[in-house]
Amino acid sequence: MAAHLSYGRVNLNILREAARKELREFLDKCAGSKAIVWDEYLTGPFGLIAQYSLLKEHEVEKMFTLKSGRLPSADVKNIIFFVRPRLELMDIIAENVFSEDKHHSSRDFHILFVPRRSMLCEQRLKEQGVLGSFINIDEYILDLIPYDGDLLSMEYESAFRECYLENDQTSLYHTAKGLMTLQALYGTIPQIYGKGDCARHVANMMLRMKREFAGTQNQILPVFDTLLLLDRNVDLLTPLATQLTYEGLIDEIYGINNGYVKLPPEKFAQKKQGEASKDLPTEPKKLQLNSAEELYAEIRDKNFNAVGAALSKKAKIISAAFEERHNAKTVGEIKQFVSQLPHMQAARTPCFPTLLKNEIQSLSNNSRQYPVSPVSASEAFFDNLTVEQEFMTGVDTDKVNTYIEDCIAQKDPLIKILRLVCMQSVCNNGLKQKVLDYYKREILQTYGYEHILTLNNLEKGGLLKPQTSSRNNYPTIRKTLKLWMEDANEQNPNDISYVYSGYAPLSIRLTQVLARPGWRSIEEVLKMLPGPHFEERQQLPSGLHKKRQQGENRTTLVFFLGGVTYAEIAALRFLSQMEDSGMEYIIATTKLVNGTTWIKSLMDRPESQTP
Amino acid sequence: MAFITANWNPLGEAFYRKTELYEMCWNLRDGLRDSLVAAAPYGGPIALLREPLRRSPSSRPQLEIYSASGVGIASFPWKSGPVVQLGWTVSDELLCIQEDGSVLIYDLFGSFKRHFSMGQEVVQTQVLEAKVFHSPYGTGVAIVTGSSRFTLATNIDDLKLRRLPEVPGLQGKPSCWVVLTQDRQTKVLLSNGLDLYIVDNTSCTAVVPPGLSPQAGSVVHMSVSFSYKYLALFTDSGHLWTGTSNLFTCLSVCLPVCLCIYQPLYLSLCLTRCRRPKSQQPSVVLMWDRLLLVAGVCNDTIQFPLEDPCVLIGELDGVRIISSTNQELLQEVPLVCQDIFKIASMAPGALLLEAHREYEKLSQKADEYLREIKEQSMLGEAVKQCVEAAGHEYDTNTQKSLMRAASFGKCFLTDFSPDQFVSTCRELRVLNSVRESSVGLPLTHAQFKQMTVQVLIDRLVYRQFYPLAIEICRYLKIPDYQGVSRVLKHWASCKVQQKDLSDEAIARAVCVKVGDSPGVSYSDIAARAYECGRTELAIKLLDFEARSGEQVPLLLKMKRSQLALSKAVESGDTDLVYTVVSYLKNEMNRGDFFMTLRNQPVALSLYRQFCKLQEQETLKDLYNQDDDHQELANYYVTASYKEKRLESRLSLLQSAVDEYNKAKNEFAAKATMEALLALGLHKQAEQLYRDFRVPDKRYWWLKLKSLAEKEEWEELEKFSKSKKSPIGYLAFVEVCMKCNNKYEAKKYVSKVTPEQKVKAHLAVSDLEGAADAAIERRNEAEMGAVLSRCSASDRLVIDRLNRARAGAAKK
Repeated sequence: MAAHLSYGRVNLNILREAARKELREFLDKCAGSKAIVWDEYLTGPFGLIAQYSLLKEHEVEKMFTLKSGRLPSADVKNIIFFVRPRLELMDIIAENVFSEDKHHSSRDFHILFVPRRSMLCEQRLKEQGVLGSFINIDEYILDLIPYDGDLLSMEYESAFRECYLENDQTSLYHTAKGLMTLQALYGTIPQIYGKGDCARHVANMMLRMKREFAGTQNQILPVFDTLLLLDRNVDLLTPLATQLTYEGLIDEIYGINNGYVKLPPEKFAQKKQGEASKDLPTEPKKLQLNSAEELYAEIRDKNFNAVGAALSKKAKIISAAFEERHNAKTVGEIKQFVSQLPHMQAARTPCFPTLLKNEIQSLSNNSRQYPVSPVSASEAFFDNLTVEQEFMTGVDTDKVNTYIEDCIAQKDPLIKILRLVCMQSVCNNGLKQKVLDYYKREILQTYGYEHILTLNNLEKGGLLKPQTSSRNNYPTIRKTLKLWMEDANEQNPNDISYVYSGYAPLSIRLTQVLARPGWRSIEEVLKMLPGPHFEERQQLPSGLHKKRQQGENRTTLVFFLGGVTYAEIAALRFLSQMEDSGMEYIIATTKLVNGTTWIKSLMDRPESQTP
Repeated sequence: MAFITANWNPLGEAFYRKTELYEMCWNLRDGLRDSLVAAAPYGGPIALLREPLRRSPSSRPQLEIYSASGVGIASFPWKSGPVVQLGWTVSDELLCIQEDGSVLIYDLFGSFKRHFSMGQEVVQTQVLEAKVFHSPYGTGVAIVTGSSRFTLATNIDDLKLRRLPEVPGLQGKPSCWVVLTQDRQTKVLLSNGLDLYIVDNTSCTAVVPPGLSPQAGSVVHMSVSFSYKYLALFTDSGHLWTGTSNLFTCLSVCLPVCLCIYQPLYLSLCLTRCRRPKSQQPSVVLMWDRLLLVAGVCNDTIQFPLEDPCVLIGELDGVRIISSTNQELLQEVPLVCQDIFKIASMAPGALLLEAHREYEKLSQKADEYLREIKEQSMLGEAVKQCVEAAGHEYDTNTQKSLMRAASFGKCFLTDFSPDQFVSTCRELRVLNSVRESSVGLPLTHAQFKQMTVQVLIDRLVYRQFYPLAIEICRYLKIPDYQGVSRVLKHWASCKVQQKDLSDEAIARAVCVKVGDSPGVSYSDIAARAYECGRTELAIKLLDFEARSGEQVPLLLKMKRSQLALSKAVESGDTDLVYTVVSYLKNEMNRGDFFMTLRNQPVALSLYRQFCKLQEQETLKDLYNQDDDHQELANYYVTASYKEKRLESRLSLLQSAVDEYNKAKNEFAAKATMEALLALGLHKQAEQLYRDFRVPDKRYWWLKLKSLAEKEEWEELEKFSKSKKSPIGYLAFVEVCMKCNNKYEAKKYVSKVTPEQKVKAHLAVSDLEGAADAAIERRNEAEMGAVLSRCSASDRLVIDRLNRARAGAAKK
């Protein structure tokens, strides 16, 4: 069921199985039939751990969404609330429980806090007078969720906002706890590197927690050699840029959440000749995207310009293989052919390969070398891209940009504007006060004054700022780290810069340099980036020191605190596959983000009461 | 082998032996006479209270506590009321059950720990008799009161008193009674005259043991085996009934002695755990004033004369006999020992022992013996027997000769697992060291196995044999967590009570010894110190605690809330911080509370988060206190949007403006001012834009879009000519096309700058125009772009472009 988790360098299925076991144990604690009342936010992350079938096996008969008022009726013995420890949810639960008592008195209540129980919440339930109604109050420690064979996510959406805007480091505590769980399963990670304040904080907590558990010496041979903790605010630029890998583009265009993409129904209209299209699906279709689908795994990290070629090549191979059935003569040959069938069929199903097919065709047909193209969605796309690339290469970042101006005037989506303005600010190490104020005024007057809160947030988060020092250090960083590669090869990449068609993500460059030749070579640049950089070592019990085989790769866990993009992941996968890199990367993050979701999480929208 | 079997006595098929454990170290002036004695099983401590019922206040009885070997541990005058019964709990605590029903608990060293009562009514009726028993739930106490009622507590650590139903016809106390634990239920079996009753929670049932005829008389003594499995009853006519404790099966009824008229002082069931199925049958040990008698299932008996009053303690695999001078263990000789040491035994173990003996004498007979064993392929068995027998032997020389024989035999085996040999060696060394008279834990191997090494270490720790306990932990390679750390923890908890040392000295000593030992909780030690009233020491110790989460509750308890807060912050556990914050909020007045938060930025921001969701008003106060004008302004902005009434909104926005000004955020202040005006004046958008210096460009865009949307094409054309467009004319083309008006769009194509010409032509799908423009500009890329838009029908254009490109290429 989750085989794709175990194919990678590190078998992440162990983690998933551990999580599933714990879930089963909790469910069995509540004997008899049960209904789960879900904190809606949790259903996505839980989907990565257990499907409904698992719950059903443990007598879960009904599922509801947590909302105020009375609980829907269900003839079950147990009602279990699966909730995050948040006060407002406690109030809803209290309301549920209160209105319940009058109708049914025989149902047992339980609470499962995810990822941790909270004294504060229990206190609130006590104040509400319902704490005693619960038979079980438990916690389900779900910090790091296996997302793919080389990817872990906490699915903690507000981590960046909480850390940088609200000075609330709850997410970092969970991160540290999650890393402790990971080490309990995969061995102590001997080396920890980090860059950024949050990274420092997490590392401190980890070392502290290790001291707390000093007794239980971990006797597992370490799977990871190195942990690299990176603050998102060390590299604010990358998420702002439009991702140009296949998966990145799907995320940019449709949005991927909890590993699923929701596609508009028209994508699935069967266009067979001579058939009336009567059964048009009307609901958006949910598709899971991961390496379980072999073809998808093959193309997801390619630059969108290379996807078309890869697909048609693949199609040819498959049809050739399909044709072979005529040549199969012996029983053995037929058997072999049949064994390949499911794989071929999967490749023929319309969902994965043709997802974005139209978009990509139109995009790659109008390749960037021809800026003169007809008015179309793709033109807007390329215009946007051109401006992004100008910023990234440092062209006119200190002036008001006409394209942004025009977009504001045309009232393009606000998030698009914010992405661009923030990008310009980051690439210029802050904007001149005059320029900044101009943009801000334009935004407020066009989109509404209420966005002043969002602008304040972006400034607080450092995405938007007035230039304080006269020197713009971005060009130095760009040159030292080779963030811009003029001749990025999109078809057969030889550098990570292919993921943004020229821009090499700063975060990944830091990772790459750390592996070889080491951070000492870029001390100056590291000092320009916010927060401390550090190295810590964790003592291993004797006998657990790895004896490395000749040519055996080292494994690094790269943890992005505050989110990571699909393009960054693609770049790390590219580095893992490079023959001479000697390093394999496993990626962990608080949440998978793109510029849009990220900016959205930083926005504040006071709800107007007046019509 | 005569010397080993010398103390063996046959009883039916079995043999019994009496082994001396200790010469008692104590010096009892009056022996054990007239004393209340309690000795715990598993070689536990002995408590002694002389003349417990002597009530004269002038001469108080002395309560003495000894180790099993008679080493004095504590002694103090008994100042409380008359004691009915003494007993030991599973964790080596002494229970003193008083006449008035109160039970006082002392530790091994005679310091009072706590007390509880067996019920208020007992104060009146008095306890007539009491028993301490061990159940699966823990240590229990049973009493029978002056009103002939039984009260039970099955676990004194979780006290629940149960008053059992009345027993019909019972006056005063029953002639004898025992507590039985069956099927997780605790019951009392009692004898009253000729009747036997079983009393449980709900009912009192008369029972008749099968096979015991009414002529046998009334039961005057009863005893239940260590495992609660067997029961022995002794009647006033001298009949001894043995059976299962559920009274379903009778194993034997016999008349062991003729002198049965005298009641035995003590009756104890002795059961050995032999593997021979038949030997599962229990034997009974009876004690009279001068006689000890072991009765088997048949009328077979063994008799031992006694010189001194003794105390018998039933153990798992025998009976310990304590007199004022020495202590002996009476047990059935384990089968394997019988096999080896029985005279003329041909068991493989016996032969191996003999072989080794000859080998040491350098005699070739050794080989003969070995051959004999090997011929039967019994060498493995022989080694096993020797190892097992060594475990059962108390004498170290016997242990050694058996182990040596086993080791010798092992040499001739190729793939024999050494595990049992090694573990027995280790366990014997541990057992021998705790059996030392100075330690005084006379455990048999079977008892050790049953109690587990964990419990053994606990017992050593209770007796404060810390170094020995640590040595054993290390020797047996017990993981630190369960071993050394546990010992250290106990040591430290004990250390903090040492009154003659300064806080500083104790904290240092604890830190040096305990260090970073895994699993030692400094907060537990600190809690202990706090309980003893040493708050300062507790705080010092808490400093060593690595887990902040553990520090916090105790600090709060000690009212060190500031410290608790900083520890909570240090832990990174935000929930913990919230907990302390909400505690502080209730404890302190608002001003102090805010000041405290101010010194803890992390806590402050968390509290702000809390207020944002829960207490908006407090949030404002917080910002006010910190003079955080920026956030205050943001707060007012948010609030203004929540407000329905216009005047309130305006006044909130005005406050925001003021605060932004104070925050020196000119931009925000101005922007808010404008928003305020717009809201207040309901101005027309256009007027507003003019007022607020809308840049020309945006004004043009706006006007262009709105005119096109309204399809006011003439107006649009006029507008385009009003002055030179600051946004160029391509925008006009594109906007018209967006509104599907190609005709209008074409009007503006000619006005477009040369660079945008191609784009403009393409926008209106004028390929030829685009081609002309591109060729004129000799721009390869643009030509390519036009080409990409051409279809097959545009042959002419394609040719022209290709020619132009070729021409350009030549140059």
